[in-house]
Amino acid sequence: MSNYEVKAGPEAFLPPAAASMGNVLPDEGEAHIGGKVVPEEEAYEIAARKILAAKVPTIFPGPLVLWKWTDHVAEKAKALRELANEVPMRLIPMADYRPKYPKIIQEYEINPNHPNLTIWHNKIDVCIFIGVHCHMANLSLKIIRGGTSCYTIAMCAMAGHEDACLSFRDADLNMIEKLKATIKKLKSEGVKSQAEPFTQFIMGRSGCLNE
Amino acid sequence: MNKQVELKDRKVIASKHVKLGQKNQKGQTYTDVNDIFYKAKQTPSFLTGSEVIRAAIKVASVGTSVAYPITPQSEAAALIGELFAEGYLDEYFRGESEFAVMGQCAGAAFGGHRVFTTTAGPGTLRAMENFPMWAGSRLPIQVCVTCRGVNSPLSIQPDTLEMHYLLETGMLVWHAETAQDLFDFILKGFIVAEQPDVHVPIAVCCDGFFVTHTKDTVELPPEDLCLTPYDPYRNPQPVMDMETAPIRMMRDPFVMKSNYISYATHASWQQEIHAAVERSRKHTIPLLDGLIDTHDIDREILIVGSGTAVSQSREAIRLLEEEGIKVGLVKIKTIRPFPYEEVKQATKNAKHIFVPEFNVSGWLAREIKANIPDNERVYVGPHVMGGMTMPSEVIVEEIKKHLGIETAATASLG
Repeated sequence: MSNYEVKAGPEAFLPPAAASMGNVLPDEGEAHIGGKVVPEEEAYEIAARKILAAKVPTIFPGPLVLWKWTDHVAEKAKALRELANEVPMRLIPMADYRPKYPKIIQEYEINPNHPNLTIWHNKIDVCIFIGVHCHMANLSLKIIRGGTSCYTIAMCAMAGHEDACLSFRDADLNMIEKLKATIKKLKSEGVKSQAEPFTQFIMGRSGCLNE
Repeated sequence: MNKQVELKDRKVIASKHVKLGQKNQKGQTYTDVNDIFYKAKQTPSFLTGSEVIRAAIKVASVGTSVAYPITPQSEAAALIGELFAEGYLDEYFRGESEFAVMGQCAGAAFGGHRVFTTTAGPGTLRAMENFPMWAGSRLPIQVCVTCRGVNSPLSIQPDTLEMHYLLETGMLVWHAETAQDLFDFILKGFIVAEQPDVHVPIAVCCDGFFVTHTKDTVELPPEDLCLTPYDPYRNPQPVMDMETAPIRMMRDPFVMKSNYISYATHASWQQEIHAAVERSRKHTIPLLDGLIDTHDIDREILIVGSGTAVSQSREAIRLLEEEGIKVGLVKIKTIRPFPYEEVKQATKNAKHIFVPEFNVSGWLAREIKANIPDNERVYVGPHVMGGMTMPSEVIVEEIKKHLGIETAATASLG
């Protein structure tokens, strides 16, 4: 059993991969919080409370939910938008994985090669990775843990991420809706969102449409 | 023979492939790996290691295999060609060199095929640049390495030095002792390597000639069952197209730029590959029934080995037992990931640890010495290399000599 706890950083100039510290991914029906494997049900409320307590909670949707490969993806994207509206959370896409030159536009995009720039610039304190290919998510999660104080949540459609502070696995439409329902329930019980007011940007082919 | 693994212990999630239960063009039924090994009737066959490779690939649902001749894997590569002629593979061709072969394997894997190839000795070293490329690109290609000498003057005989070079490539490295191991490791290796949280290449190694060219009894599942095919949609990374988004990595290589934190990205990438190798433990342990096998590890004298050095050690232990010297055995099945904790636990009571190896560097002994407490207990040897055999008597002699027991020199026996 590993003693390595995956916490929000900043952790180190180069933090280790949690798997190399002995952390093990959850099995079906489980999640992990800080590296400790827990029943999936337990993780919803912890994630929901973290999101509601954040000043700049943000969803980073990746290519697997941004591009309509299947109708199933469209349903998932719609549920994500509803989740963002419920909290409210910002949506900053990770549309692809190419390094961005000459510079990333930190307000509108995040990139796995320098994800900390977006997090620092927008002062993001809690984020959800969803629809990002596992390899690219792991690259980002380690860099974020190394240099920022952002609490990272992964809603992974496959085996989950040890390098996130909290990770679900096999994340599907139902799980997104379950997280939204948990947030709604906590709000009805009096837990208030601490999110700072913001206007969600809308992008068109020529750039931001609602600046 | 594989031990029965209880359902509750299985961590390799049963296949959910859309083709599960369907038949392929050869009439074989796509079957979950757990069912192939633990439910289907196994039938004994008397085969060479090369024939075992053919038997494994026949039921492995391989898409592409690329061949290049080099002893002692040439026969296996040719036998896979027969399978192609019979319609069991989609693609099979000869590359221009081992370097070309491994590049062609990468292309086929990028395209979504399950890919298998074989190489040996100088071929492994000639292809070497491609192995970390495969790993960095998260390509779960399998190469069967039938180990032989690598240096000048050339030797085609067994020598495991090339495995030393493979250790830090980011690949899974498994070491088969017997033809049965070889069959099991090839099929199970595909399943472990293709898990989305692992998804790195695998080198299934065996000692050339000792395993490839000798006959042994091997328990085989029915030929009308085959593995479920590779599912490219479970790849943890989109195809690294060199020019096109989402990963235009060769056109916009962060490693070539010095702005932002590009070097941290590359560091994180390397860490991720090694993390993927570590993640394979969870899937490997139930399928291989542990990363190590142990026998009588409560004894003060232990032999720790891998590959055919284990077989020679088994006989050495029997000979020593006849003289009243009791010795235990630890067989290491996976070199990457290395079973650090398992070896530490298995050797905790030993006072003398012997590591017989078929190579000059003693890489296995180094790994063990680096990872167990009180490593002065580790005796690095006996060693042979360059194709020499390691008679069990040599292991007996080294152990007795080290313990201060009088013994006749094996060399003098002719």
